[in-house]
Amino acid sequence: MELVDLSLRFRGQPNDVVDQVSLAVGQGEVLCVVGESGCGKSVTAMALMGLLSPDYSIISSGNLNVGGISFDLTRDALPREMRGSRVAMIFQEPMTSLNPVFRIGDQICEAILSHGNVSRSDAMARAEEMLKRVGIANPAQRLFEFPHQLSGGMRQRVMIAMALANDPQVLIADEPTTALDVTIQAQILDLIRDLRDDTGMGTIMITHDLGVVAEIADRVAVMYGGQVVEQGPVRDVFENPQHPYTIGLMSAMPRLDRPGGRLAIVPGTVPAISNMPDGCRFRTRCAFATSECERRPGLSEFAAQHSVACHFAPLEENIGVTA
Amino acid sequence: MLAFLLRRILIAIPTVVIISIMVFGLQHLLPGDPILVLAGEERDPDVLEALREKYRLNDPVPVQYIAWVGNALQGDLGVSLRTNQPVTELMAEKLPVTIQLAFMSMVFALVIGIPAGILSAVKKGTATDYVANVVALSGLSIPNFWLGIMLILLVSVKWQLLPASGYVPPSEDLWQSVRTMLMPSFVLGTALAATLMRHTRSSMIGVLSADYVRTARAKGLRERVVILKHAFRNALTPIVTLTALLFGELVAGAVLTEQIFTIPGFGKLVVDAVFNRDYAVVQGIVLVTAVGFIFMNLFADAMYYVLNPRLRGQ
Repeated sequence: MELVDLSLRFRGQPNDVVDQVSLAVGQGEVLCVVGESGCGKSVTAMALMGLLSPDYSIISSGNLNVGGISFDLTRDALPREMRGSRVAMIFQEPMTSLNPVFRIGDQICEAILSHGNVSRSDAMARAEEMLKRVGIANPAQRLFEFPHQLSGGMRQRVMIAMALANDPQVLIADEPTTALDVTIQAQILDLIRDLRDDTGMGTIMITHDLGVVAEIADRVAVMYGGQVVEQGPVRDVFENPQHPYTIGLMSAMPRLDRPGGRLAIVPGTVPAISNMPDGCRFRTRCAFATSECERRPGLSEFAAQHSVACHFAPLEENIGVTA
Repeated sequence: MLAFLLRRILIAIPTVVIISIMVFGLQHLLPGDPILVLAGEERDPDVLEALREKYRLNDPVPVQYIAWVGNALQGDLGVSLRTNQPVTELMAEKLPVTIQLAFMSMVFALVIGIPAGILSAVKKGTATDYVANVVALSGLSIPNFWLGIMLILLVSVKWQLLPASGYVPPSEDLWQSVRTMLMPSFVLGTALAATLMRHTRSSMIGVLSADYVRTARAKGLRERVVILKHAFRNALTPIVTLTALLFGELVAGAVLTEQIFTIPGFGKLVVDAVFNRDYAVVQGIVLVTAVGFIFMNLFADAMYYVLNPRLRGQ
């Protein structure tokens, strides 16, 4: 799946909340999209799925290519027939993402029946198989339970079972582990990785947790203020971050190998979307900003597959800064 | 389910007792002497005294109450002071009329109110929403009697499409019965529809932004299924409560509507009884209405149980 040049804004706001974002995820690959709250990562995911209401948001550019079928997002969203079948999504809030009044089995079945011409009993059998696959004990019995009878981790497993019931090519996971405690988090990440290995689906994982990124990502895209500021293989980005914002994020991460001392922070706060500076959106918080940064830096590849949106990249060569 | 309902019924019993005391007590606080009404021109103190004795009006009030409750429990609500007919018989005669009116009004209210509420929630902030809200506000503001009289004037007098008044039992002529009841139940139903629409709208708006509705869309379900199944099922609880509570408004509205359309129902019976100081009839009607109201609430409780799986586990 490939997203090219997505820009969108909310009605009544002058600036784009998602600004010329391009992302691509290949078969069997995990792409992590990281950034602070409000950087546009979830909105990008919702736009991909066609879940944004045109009443509130206007998509001004963007093309989506899913398995060779391409859409102009300014005209059509991802069609209903592909939602939940070719591209599936799971969410941050497992406690509230399942409908409280319907049985688990019925909710999974519904996803299967709305995309395939199968009988109800076949769909039920498939639902049971999926529950088993996501590691739920007694799947045959769980099918007939209601969401409130399950724990948060189990509900997220059910969401995953439901999302993968139609063998999607791409799974979009919007902070799937944020609401869960750490042990369950690890289990869910393991599960997603296993399922990726089994099915070869591409995964776009949205997160603000660099630990999750290190755990699971093949590639990572760092977003700031609605723009992708750095993108590349996870190793390259972690070991050789090039955007001042990425460097800030990395040094703000507590590390076991360097105990003691104060945690570094990225100074300032993200400006409100109505207050975004022209040019480089990070320049108001950037230690290296000059007048040149009033001109918008393009995302350009500075090493193999590793691209960054900063006039001074590579930083070491140009201004003598290393992470 | 059974234990849940039994508990609700047990809770309802004290309510019924209190209502019966209030019904009985209020009658004695009303000014006017029923014996004078009953005796008519007769003013002989002996005759009046004999009548008082006959209807046990000289007994202490608590004794009268106990006697009344005892009889009521055996299905005897006394006889009308005016016509000497048993109250239960009078009610059995009038009740089906009002039940038909109430039922048809409820159908109007639900068929208009709920879809309008859903539509205006889904189209929130659009012209459709505004039109629906203006219509609902008019429905709430226009008095029943005015709408009733206007309808009679237009539909019956001017266009001569429907009968202006009266009642035909459905057993006699179903079509004619429905035709006669159409205007009164429309008048009564639209007022309830407005309330119902407003509540459906706000309930649906709340539910439409729920995470599980987003999940339903992400699954690729048709928008119709998302709204009518996933959202509406969750929006139903307050709507059911309201529908049960509207039963009270329905009875109150029936009194007025039956007067306008001269329908010989429960409402007309109670108005006549109050004007005639017909104690027994008023007591019987108020008691039956109150018990009916309690049953509607019991029904609503049972519906919660059906609608909300979280209750079932307990």
